[in-house]
Amino acid sequence: MIGNLDTVLLQQIWWILASVVGSLFLFLTFVQGGQTLLWQVSGNEDEKSLIINSLGRKWELTFTTLVLFGGALFAAFPKFYATSFGGAYWVWMLILFTFIVQAVSYEYRKKPDNFLGARVYELFLFINGSVGILLIGAAVGTFFTGSNFILNEYNQVSWTHPLRGLEAAFSLFNLSLGLFLVFNARVLGSMYLVNSLDFTGRPQFEAKLRKACLVNLICALPFLLYVLVSLLLMDGFGFDAVGVVSMVGGKYLANLLAMPLVLGLLLLGLVLVIWGVVLTSFLRGTRGIWFGGLGTVLVGLAVFFTAAFNNTAFYPSKADLQSSLTIYNASSSHYTLTAMTYVALVIPLVLAYVAYVWWQMDARKISAEDIIGRKAY
Amino acid sequence: MVDLTTVNWARAQFALTAMYHWIFVPLTLGLSFLCAFYESLYVRTGKEEWMNIAKFWMTLFGINFAIGVATGIILEFEFGTNWSNYSWMVGDIFGAPLAVEGIVAFFLEATFFAVMFFGWDRVSKNFHLFSTWMVAIGSNLSALWILVANGWMQHPVGVAFNPDTVRFEMQNFWEVLFSPVAMAKFTHTTSSSFMVGSLFVISVSSWYLLKGRHVEMAKKSIIVAAVFGLLSTCYVAWTGDESAFVNASTQPMKLAAYEGLYDGQKNAEIVFLGLLNTEKEPGDSHEAFDFDIKIPGLLGLMATRERDAFVPGINDLVYGNKEQGIVGTAEKMEKGKAAIADLAAYKAAKKAGDAQAAAATLASFAANQEFLGYGYLEKPEQAVPPVATSFYSFRIMVFLGVLFLLIFVLYLIFAVKDTLVGKKGLLSLGCISFFLALIASQSGWVVAEVGRQPWAIQGLMPVNVATTNISAGNVQATFFMFLAVFTILLIAEIKIMLKQIKIGPEGL
Ligand code: HDD
Ligand code: HEM
Ligand code: HEM
Repeated sequence: MIGNLDTVLLQQIWWILASVVGSLFLFLTFVQGGQTLLWQVSGNEDEKSLIINSLGRKWELTFTTLVLFGGALFAAFPKFYATSFGGAYWVWMLILFTFIVQAVSYEYRKKPDNFLGARVYELFLFINGSVGILLIGAAVGTFFTGSNFILNEYNQVSWTHPLRGLEAAFSLFNLSLGLFLVFNARVLGSMYLVNSLDFTGRPQFEAKLRKACLVNLICALPFLLYVLVSLLLMDGFGFDAVGVVSMVGGKYLANLLAMPLVLGLLLLGLVLVIWGVVLTSFLRGTRGIWFGGLGTVLVGLAVFFTAAFNNTAFYPSKADLQSSLTIYNASSSHYTLTAMTYVALVIPLVLAYVAYVWWQMDARKISAEDIIGRKAY
Repeated sequence: MVDLTTVNWARAQFALTAMYHWIFVPLTLGLSFLCAFYESLYVRTGKEEWMNIAKFWMTLFGINFAIGVATGIILEFEFGTNWSNYSWMVGDIFGAPLAVEGIVAFFLEATFFAVMFFGWDRVSKNFHLFSTWMVAIGSNLSALWILVANGWMQHPVGVAFNPDTVRFEMQNFWEVLFSPVAMAKFTHTTSSSFMVGSLFVISVSSWYLLKGRHVEMAKKSIIVAAVFGLLSTCYVAWTGDESAFVNASTQPMKLAAYEGLYDGQKNAEIVFLGLLNTEKEPGDSHEAFDFDIKIPGLLGLMATRERDAFVPGINDLVYGNKEQGIVGTAEKMEKGKAAIADLAAYKAAKKAGDAQAAAATLASFAANQEFLGYGYLEKPEQAVPPVATSFYSFRIMVFLGVLFLLIFVLYLIFAVKDTLVGKKGLLSLGCISFFLALIASQSGWVVAEVGRQPWAIQGLMPVNVATTNISAGNVQATFFMFLAVFTILLIAEIKIMLKQIKIGPEGL
């Protein structure tokens, strides 16, 4: 049945699926945001432990979502996987390093005889939450600003910039997107912690978190505005009916206008995030994370859709326009996309058990009794 | 073509990161099941003791799991960063198992891991047990998919080359999944990892018995581990034999290398113990071995399961053997070079819009395309993998396997008779058995991966066309970064692990 679908439709389905995974990842960066708040909002070791033990139940989900994002892109858009990872070598390597050190930090931080000391593991968490997210933002920014590569007739990549991808972090647009993601992660992190911790006897701690939520939103706004305004004004990488890529004035504005649904996602997403902050910081609610999270997912979807749909090259090359990748020239074959779509049918099941376990495990808030004993982080 | 030093650094980096990952993976695969067994016993019998045993091994499991995850993420992306030409050329097939692994396996592990560790007083007893089992099943499912990917590199099936997109494309998902190589790999790798997990439990428990601490807990742990280990060992021997049998038809050169067989034979004998002659090169008249003890006929039987069948040696495969109908590497290289030239001509003709010429070159390309990879070799001898490394690694693996069989049997007998405590010698051997298990397991991968050189994908793509177009300095820099970071993390892991073992289980 899926096998009868058009290649074009499958390519679009897979871009949507990859976007969903990528956007869920952005939501789950509340873990990284929480990591960077660690020193700032905790008044003592116990409060630190509360934060770590709460995030420690979730970090693997974020991590695994990132891995799946990579895997899904490899399977569905192998040319992107090969071009971007092989080309923009250093950005990806540095991002990966920040995730490698994150993965051990929760488990090892408080264990006796841990070689590096708790502080170093906390520093690892901070680096992951700041540098890691910043670079991911910069890498996503290149979907709009373009990269420096050339593909030869066998589709093998040569990178034309000596920094091998790190140059992305020196563009104001990419940098702003990265910083926006860092602050947004902190907004989400504080919302999540407000939701998950038991603050009995710790009113100051709670107040700090609720304030951090607002402050970080305020910090995020200028970067967001810069990104949005530039996006609406900048030239974009469009392609025509035969696939020839060219610079098109106001391309991304045009995309949003041509796809009102995407514009709607973007606006609704932003409103939801702001509502989540209002709920957390002013109305003293605990459900802010659900609005902030959903809002982030919607904004993420809007960003990914704007980058690739409506005849837009999602991984454009500044060095050679015709090397730019589109979802139509970078995808797997019809057969593979079909097979993978069958596999993707289990995704709802996965989401269901993740949600069920989340609900089971979070029914009771994390409290003092969860940070004692050997099992605690 | 790409810089050879880049290729070698990329290989070194893959070997380094994969082997680091592989220090932790077998323990995760084996210990997850043992935790599930112990917890099942607790739920069955309701005895607190078993719960404490389960919790203790889970603590150690968690310490190992974290670093397993840390070392795994890089491999997922290393195909792109260091082997980008490979990733493009075969991404249509190779990406799929990696994505499936993420969807069906990693999420099981990640989700239920949190329950296993923090859910004791948050979910019901049965749901907790279910979660522990899900972690074990999830880990082993992830092994399935990554080994399907690896199996496909060793024996590319279900695929066809598409000259228009200039890449290999998947034709049959089931053929990829159920390839005999993939199945042999999956069964052999997981069962050997069960041995590793069992020997870990035996090592730690033996240490307790020697020290006279936590004696009851150690004895109980050992019984379960010895039974599991013994069953796994039988399965390992069987699947190992199956692997060699499959090698004979899919990668005869690998088989010849790890058996040190230069000249093919009927009823080939196996070199049980041997010292390779370091002077020996393919095609020369030196003796292959300085010293050897042989068992007649056994290799022939292992490789073909028949009497009187011919097992080709390295020389037959490199130089050809008319009598046996074996085509030599030189001839394959010629065909491969013709295929490469045809492909270029086809692309040129298509660009020029000359449909007739395009069709003609395509036809002659099709005749030779199965030898495409050979076209990139420079001389026939390049098709021979490092013989000594393969030969010795294989023997280390098999001998240790036999030793483990002995260990499991003895532990089981003495555990049942309850006389383990006095057996100082055996307990000391048991203490170090985990390290031997790691050596055996690593050696297995060396046989499998070194034995398939120079191929990234058997017969289709040698490693030197698979790498990223990047200067060696970049790869070298990341190599040392990985070396430093992984080594620091490994030291931390060992120290934490030893400390936790010293502290011992709670409440026992
Ligand atoms: C036979 C088993 C096996 C083999 C050959 C490999 N791995 Fe592995 N991997 C596992 C078995 C495993 C595991 C048992 O599932 C791990 C180890 C410890 C752990 O936490 O999960 C894991 C973790 C793990 C993770 C982290 C998963 C997470 O998010 O939880 C990644 C991304 C990879 N691996 C990727 C790879 C790649 C790309 C490999 C190929 C070169 C590879 N592994 C070889
Ligand atoms: C199961 C997934 C695996 C895949 C897909 C895989 C693939 C690869 C690739 C692409 C290379 C580089 C090309 C080459 O030099 O051959 C390589 C090399 C290597 N791999 Fe694996 N590998 C896997 C697992 C492992 C594991 C678990 C180990 C052992 C711990 C291992 C050991 C090695 C070694 C030792 C080399 C270097 C061989 C050499 O260059 O001489 N591999 N492998
Ligand atoms: C008892 C006799 C054994 C035999 C006959 C045997 C045979 C083999 C063969 C032929 C291979 C190469 C497969 C290939 O490249 O396709 C292999 C690989 C391997 N072996 Fe063994 N083996 C034995 C015992 C063990 C033991 C005791 C361990 C570890 C505890 C082990 C772990 C491995 C691993 C991890 C691999 C690499 C994965 C794979 O290729 O399947 N083996 N073995």
